[in-house]
Amino acid sequence: MNDHATILTETAEPVAAAALRRRNRLRLETLRAIALGAGFPILLILIWDRAVAMTGTRLIPSPYQVAVMMYDFSFGGVYDDAFSGTILIHVWKSVQRVYGGFFLAAVIGIPLGMMIGRIKLLRQLLDPTISLLRPIPVTAWLPLSMIFFGLGPNAAIFLVFLGAFYPILLNTMFGVRSIDPRLFEAASMLGCSGAGMFRQIVLPASLPAIFNGLRIAHGFAWILIVVGEMTGVPTGLGSVVMDGRTLSRTDLVITGMIVIGACGFITDRIIVAVSNRLLSWSPQHLE
Amino acid sequence: MSNALHPETLTVRGVTKRFAVGDDEVEALAPVDLTIPQGEFVCLIGASGCGKSTLLRIIAGFEEPSTGEASIDGKAITGPGSDRGMVFQDYALFPWMTVRQNISFGPRQRRLPREEIDKTTDEFVRMVGLSRFADRYPSQLSGGMKQRVAIARVLANNANILLMDEPFGALDALTREQLQHELLQIWTRTGVTAIFVTHSVEEAVLLADRVLVMSAGPGRIDSDFRIELARPRDVSSPEFNALRRDIARRLTSHVVPSRA
Repeated sequence: MNDHATILTETAEPVAAAALRRRNRLRLETLRAIALGAGFPILLILIWDRAVAMTGTRLIPSPYQVAVMMYDFSFGGVYDDAFSGTILIHVWKSVQRVYGGFFLAAVIGIPLGMMIGRIKLLRQLLDPTISLLRPIPVTAWLPLSMIFFGLGPNAAIFLVFLGAFYPILLNTMFGVRSIDPRLFEAASMLGCSGAGMFRQIVLPASLPAIFNGLRIAHGFAWILIVVGEMTGVPTGLGSVVMDGRTLSRTDLVITGMIVIGACGFITDRIIVAVSNRLLSWSPQHLE
Repeated sequence: MSNALHPETLTVRGVTKRFAVGDDEVEALAPVDLTIPQGEFVCLIGASGCGKSTLLRIIAGFEEPSTGEASIDGKAITGPGSDRGMVFQDYALFPWMTVRQNISFGPRQRRLPREEIDKTTDEFVRMVGLSRFADRYPSQLSGGMKQRVAIARVLANNANILLMDEPFGALDALTREQLQHELLQIWTRTGVTAIFVTHSVEEAVLLADRVLVMSAGPGRIDSDFRIELARPRDVSSPEFNALRRDIARRLTSHVVPSRA
């Protein structure tokens, strides 16, 4: 160990300089990534704008018209109709439903997945049923969910829950099944057993897989909100898109789509940040 | 920490092990009898498939013997316990815990007072020379450092018997030499019993009080060499090499020439 110590102290100065250089290079790399990542959508908008202008179509609004609609949807003062300045209400309602369903799926899916992954009896009991129910598209549940929960937000929450549940459950099961059995041996020889094993070994060891599941599920949850809000709720981003369609207001449809995309993107970044923080021990996971 | 006042003898009586392989059963261990007094350093050596790891895992309590019994001071081993600690070849550290958290895992299971846990942990972090690396995760350590953590994790848990399954097999020659040296120091200081599985005759003669040569088909203990050389041992001395030759000869006498 002594040789390590001497090497580290002797090279402290150059190490600091190198760290600074590395940090600068990293910053440049980040700027480049942002420029490239934002550049492509701007290019798409330009193509969209040119295409609308050249074909002279009236079915698709130009990016400028959508921008005006977005402004009106956010702050009002342009069209002053039922949608002016209502963005926060719709976002808030959708967020409630998305996260109602998503957290319900996580609260049930993670513990259940850990138990199914770990307890053979439970696996034999439930695995065939899960495999049978999983391929059923969530949209096929729409009629039944409206019978169960009526017209209203609960049906939407149920659909989001269904869509988010399977990725969380399956990834958790997979994560638990792929834990190195040596870790269980090591833990048990150190005096760990029972519920302590779940909390101290099974949960942290499968956390990378659980977070993969949460991220996939979270994407599905935002996708399903449009379907969920087709069930006849008056507010929410999905209902805005549906209303836009009924009213033939394509600018409103596209505005709703962009807001849903933005919400999904921002919240996904939050999940990535949380998982990077919790999984800093895992070198494969950081991105 | 060592239990010099209450010597605990490890006894293995008529232990056999059969594994199911497809429809067949393979006899991994023929009846094995063995007595190891507290504080002895024993190396198990033998060709692959001679059952040395199986025997170690039975003593650890990870496997049940098909017949016979392993016991400590007459108390049968029925499962893993904190009196015995295994050091695996692939470390098996908890990757989400820092060095300090890995080492304190055992004491934390026993719900000792916080100060006592911290004191024990600090002591063993220092003993294996990882004070500077105490807050690193296993993925940020070299192989030699990881194996130091694994040894400290077992010792911090008050284990009396240190079971090691080719612990230095994955390390480069220089690191291995250094760890062998450190292991002997730790063993001397703590007075634990060490049972060490290895492929290397030189490693066995360097470390052990006693070298058990195992042979395969089914696995059994073929011969029992006592190494009386004073430590630290000189690898180049004639006595050392004579022992090395004797043991190597016993070892190769059992290698069945493979038939085409």
